[in-house]
Amino acid sequence: MLECANVSIRYRVGDFKNIGLKEWVMRNLTGKYKVVDFWADREVSFAIEEGDMLGIIGTNGASKSTLLKAISGIMEPTRGRIVRRGKIAALLELASGFDGDLTVKENAYLRGAMLGYTREFMDETYPYIIEFSELKAFEDRPFKQLSSGMKSRLAFAIASLVKPEILILDEVLSVGDGAFRAKSEAKMREIIKGGATTILVSHSIAQVRAMCNKILWLDQGRQIVFTQDVEGACDCYEEYLRNREAGPVYDPVAAKARIEARAAEKARKLAAARKQVEDAKKAEKVREILRQSKAILTSAFTNNKEQTR
Amino acid sequence: MQRKGIASLLQYRFLFEELVKRDFKKKYKRTILGMGWSMLSPLLMLLVMKVVFEQFFGRTMNHYTTYLFCGLLTYQWFAESTNSGMRSLFGNATIFSKVNVPKYLFLFSANVQVFINFTLTFCIFLAFCAIDHVAFTWRFFCLIYPILTLLLFNVGVGMVLSALFVFFRDIDYLWSVASLLTMYGSAIFYSTERFSPKLQLIFAFNPVYRHIAYIREIVLAGTVPSLATHLALLGFALVAFLAGAFMYKHYNTKFLYYV
Repeated sequence: MLECANVSIRYRVGDFKNIGLKEWVMRNLTGKYKVVDFWADREVSFAIEEGDMLGIIGTNGASKSTLLKAISGIMEPTRGRIVRRGKIAALLELASGFDGDLTVKENAYLRGAMLGYTREFMDETYPYIIEFSELKAFEDRPFKQLSSGMKSRLAFAIASLVKPEILILDEVLSVGDGAFRAKSEAKMREIIKGGATTILVSHSIAQVRAMCNKILWLDQGRQIVFTQDVEGACDCYEEYLRNREAGPVYDPVAAKARIEARAAEKARKLAAARKQVEDAKKAEKVREILRQSKAILTSAFTNNKEQTR
Repeated sequence: MQRKGIASLLQYRFLFEELVKRDFKKKYKRTILGMGWSMLSPLLMLLVMKVVFEQFFGRTMNHYTTYLFCGLLTYQWFAESTNSGMRSLFGNATIFSKVNVPKYLFLFSANVQVFINFTLTFCIFLAFCAIDHVAFTWRFFCLIYPILTLLLFNVGVGMVLSALFVFFRDIDYLWSVASLLTMYGSAIFYSTERFSPKLQLIFAFNPVYRHIAYIREIVLAGTVPSLATHLALLGFALVAFLAGAFMYKHYNTKFLYYV
């Protein structure tokens, strides 16, 4: 279970990074020290339950990753609150956080420890991890000798096999070759069926359509829409992407209205279709009754004839 | 709150063990001498200092080698601990900016590393004491006290420095100057006896010097220091540790912006 209520995050940018104490003092004295706060996420609200898979879409700079950092507890929301129930496994920028000098096995244990698991659990799960990531031959190699695809495979295997209750995937399912991707998507479905709450950030709309049952669309920190109508939202998003290439004409309120209108239209069509089917059924019933009564009448008629004869 | 802290310590025990293991492997992986070198380096330092300073300061003093070793042992632990502690948080930036883990674990892990080194050097120190015909008494057990307070002090200073290092990357240059000053101001190779009372007072405010003096009093004079000394050591340790804890608590979610 995960719930975000009016979550706003203020991010700080400016030239304070990578400056030393001397430089900081000098800039403060000369008044050149500039720090700008800006809102990365504003008033984002959504709630998802066990078994849900939420897709987060949005263009670059939509503050998707910032939101994920707040959800996983690395950052704190400036305003609003986040309620989470269950163990979180966050896969943000996959291969980072591994240590290049340690071996694959040592890294697997370290990552497992970071995700909050016990040594016994890792002893038990490690063989599956190494088998799933297909890295048996590389077990004792230093991590830095692995290809980036292998690194991502290991990261995915660890996070998914340790049975998290909330799983956060940031551009993760697009790792590895086709075969591994199919395998990881299948694994994903298994986790969701097992009752995990999953969040998927992806630039692949096809993937979001195929896997998610709820969708959150962010644009420059604003929440455009949060809905169960994945198809409608994806349609609008793709339309927006096409239009954006043509020009900067874009209205998020209209997008939301379009999604709702489309959903309403769909519901109307569905109702109409249902009515048609029902009408057809009714007509069929009437015909059936007629046929039956006709049969009764005919049999009665013939009986009558025989009797008179 | 207290119970929560203990629970989280237990929860993160596995991570802590893995971090200590990692630091250990990374430090000694590519060195042939490995741990031997870390023990050899204070001994070489001791040799150099003995050769250079014995003529000037050692003439009027008995057990000058032991006197020197007391100072070096303590100072080097302090210097090594604060130096590696300073880098521990920033060095793990890729971890704490992606995974939500308690940030003090990195510093604690670095300190475990340095403490093991210190313990080994301490054993050699005891052997030197025996060679130097220092009388071992039950009072040697009192040495546990300054070791504990200095450990706490080192962790505290390390916390403050590691937090500052995330914000200002030139802290390490400033700290190397400060460390050097501490070394010359801690009476490692000279004695403070001939200084004026005013200057002696300045020495009293130097935590490293106070720890060295405590150890020397036990080892060389064979007496237990006063209660005031005990309180002073504890005071230094607590002030440093609380300052560090405050920094970590206050800036916990703000480190992220600086890495």
